[in-house]
Amino acid sequence: MRFVVRRGIFYLITAWAAVTINFVLPRLMPGDPVAALLAKSQGQIDSSAEDAIRLLFGLDQDASIWQQYVDYWGLLLHGNLGVSFMNFPTPVTEVIAQSLPWTVGLVGIATVISFTLGTLVGMGIGWRRGTWADGLLPATTFFSAVPYFWLGLIAIALFSVTLGWFPASGSYDRSMIPALTPEFAGSVIRYGTLPAFTIVLSSVSGWILGMRNMMVTVSSEDYVTVAQAKGLPERSVVVGYAARNAILPQMSSFTLALGFIVGGTLIMEMVFSYQGIGFLLYQAVGNHDYPLMQGCFLVITLAVLVANMAADVIYAVLDPRTRQEG
Amino acid sequence: MTATVSDRRPPAVPERTPVLEIENLSVDYGYDDDPAHVLRGVSLTLHRGEVLGLAGESGCGKSTLAYAATRLLPPPGLVTGGRVMFTDRDGSRSDVLALSDAELRAARWQDVAIVFQGAMNSLNPVFRVGRQIADGIRAHRSVGRREALDRAAELLEMVGISPDRLRDYPHQLSGGMRQRVMIAMALALEPQVLLMDEPTTALDVVMQRQIVEQIAELRERLGFAVVFITHDVSLLIEMADRIAIMYAGEIVEDAPAREIYQRPRHPYSSALLHSFPPLRGARRELSGIPGAPPNMAHLPTGCPFVPRCPHAADACRAGRPTLGPTAFAEAGRSVACTLHDGAREVPQELAQR
Ligand SMILES: Nc1ncnc2c1ncn2[C@@H]1O[C@H](COP(=O)(O)OP(=O)(O)OP(=O)(O)O)[C@@H](O)[C@H]1O
Ligand SMILES: [Mg+2]
Repeated sequence: MRFVVRRGIFYLITAWAAVTINFVLPRLMPGDPVAALLAKSQGQIDSSAEDAIRLLFGLDQDASIWQQYVDYWGLLLHGNLGVSFMNFPTPVTEVIAQSLPWTVGLVGIATVISFTLGTLVGMGIGWRRGTWADGLLPATTFFSAVPYFWLGLIAIALFSVTLGWFPASGSYDRSMIPALTPEFAGSVIRYGTLPAFTIVLSSVSGWILGMRNMMVTVSSEDYVTVAQAKGLPERSVVVGYAARNAILPQMSSFTLALGFIVGGTLIMEMVFSYQGIGFLLYQAVGNHDYPLMQGCFLVITLAVLVANMAADVIYAVLDPRTRQEG
Repeated sequence: MTATVSDRRPPAVPERTPVLEIENLSVDYGYDDDPAHVLRGVSLTLHRGEVLGLAGESGCGKSTLAYAATRLLPPPGLVTGGRVMFTDRDGSRSDVLALSDAELRAARWQDVAIVFQGAMNSLNPVFRVGRQIADGIRAHRSVGRREALDRAAELLEMVGISPDRLRDYPHQLSGGMRQRVMIAMALALEPQVLLMDEPTTALDVVMQRQIVEQIAELRERLGFAVVFITHDVSLLIEMADRIAIMYAGEIVEDAPAREIYQRPRHPYSSALLHSFPPLRGARRELSGIPGAPPNMAHLPTGCPFVPRCPHAADACRAGRPTLGPTAFAEAGRSVACTLHDGAREVPQELAQR
């Protein structure tokens, strides 16, 4: 219990630090982005929005920095991240809410597939090391060594341009209206297959290698030899004794990978023009949309934090040693 | 399930029927053209109900012998020759090294159980202790989970651990407790042979003593035979019926414990015994063994002990001595040394009667 409380406090402090940095950074930027923006938008921004923008940016010169900080927290706690310049006057939260599910859905599923596949394959070749199965390693490593955008472009050239199996870009058929219908779901899957496939292809070797190496290490542990000496069925030696221990570090990498889903797929979304949060951030940077950038960063940071928390919990569930008070 | 502990008779005088015969076992480490010949034609017989001590300096191949005899040798270890004959209670014999995978799996733990060197890491850190004892039972007997756990509780009690420790994880136990758990686990199926590879080395002296006494007492009660591996010869003299001394991958002397203690016949046995304080009686001068064990990857021809032996002669360098009768043709003793082949006079310290 003390462990949980301690970790909880740790995460609260980290979250606070992340939010505070998000508050401080724009205030350190030279120039007045809001003035530049107002000039650009030529009177389309009304004065109340201007105030909100100034507040978010620390350009509200009348208030003390402390007052600004308190106000900023107030806005945040009401879920107000300001208004996006680029999609004016849509609130940032709404813009993010539109793209986040796409990224989380596509990359999340791809990451889970990649992890599961890689771990199973790694378990197999780690247990039977020194057999033909080791030949799989260089092949998968090749795909992760190729730069991702190149892999993506080749996949597009091959599967959508030449073979015409999958669409080259987008996340669903634009002639459809998003709805919970089988047709729409089918379209989402058709558009998502190629990006998901390339993500799996480029990331699976990491999982294979990680699991294989841990299996090799764990296989020479005494308790695995004891399991053999006990005459346990091979399946239970491999799964219950070897893999069950080998998967521990793998699990924490996995939860961290889930945290990076939100922030780490910029290139995929660019290559496939996929309307996820990476693409959104890319556009925000291109359009000097500071509130949107700030919002994206906040979401990304919090996602990593939540993933870390999940990693802690999973580790505690899987490894009795970490549950010990200490 | 099986017979309970109490209705098994203690072996009165152990009848000298062999239960495990290791014949000419050879093991190499390394798959390349120049492997290290770590075991070279080792033969050793364990009789029913007997405690056989196996002693020798670190690195002489004691663990390798235990692993090879149970087919648990990790790569790059490779058994290159020999047989390991197991004789069952009904007298049927089988070569452990020739069993099929399924037969081997069925025989393991049931016939021969092992307690490994460094039992600190012998328990799976993520499973409860009870489960680890129970899964061994359930792999061989068709009993339910409950029954297996009951049996595990019984076993823990037998080695002096409270049964509520069943729900503990290994890290919650002390080193001595873990060692006892391993012993309880090894006895779960009432095996006929128990191999113990330095079961007490990592423990303090008091704990060592307790565990050794416990093993002796359990053996009295359950009647299994023990191969007890250690480099602590004084411990063996106390608890073993017979002692085999190993040097650089070969057995150099094999004799009843009392006799080897009082009348060693091999220069190495003599040196090894003199490097430990006697258990009882007058203190005698301790002397280490000068020199170091040879590198097994590059053994000279002839007796590997030559560089350290005070009695080395040309005959020792010519060929490798094999295990044979002593110069005094004592029953139940054998030694591998040219001093005993009749050509030379046996030095006085190795000729006590
Ligand atoms: N994987 C390996 N590759 C090469 N040589 C090895 C390997 N494992 C062990 N050896 C060699 O085999 C020899 C015997 O090792 P073993 O572990 O059987 O010794 P031991 O008698 O049990 O020693 P200790 O008393 O220290 O436990 C040693 O000389 C060691 O160097
Ligand atoms: Mg050893």
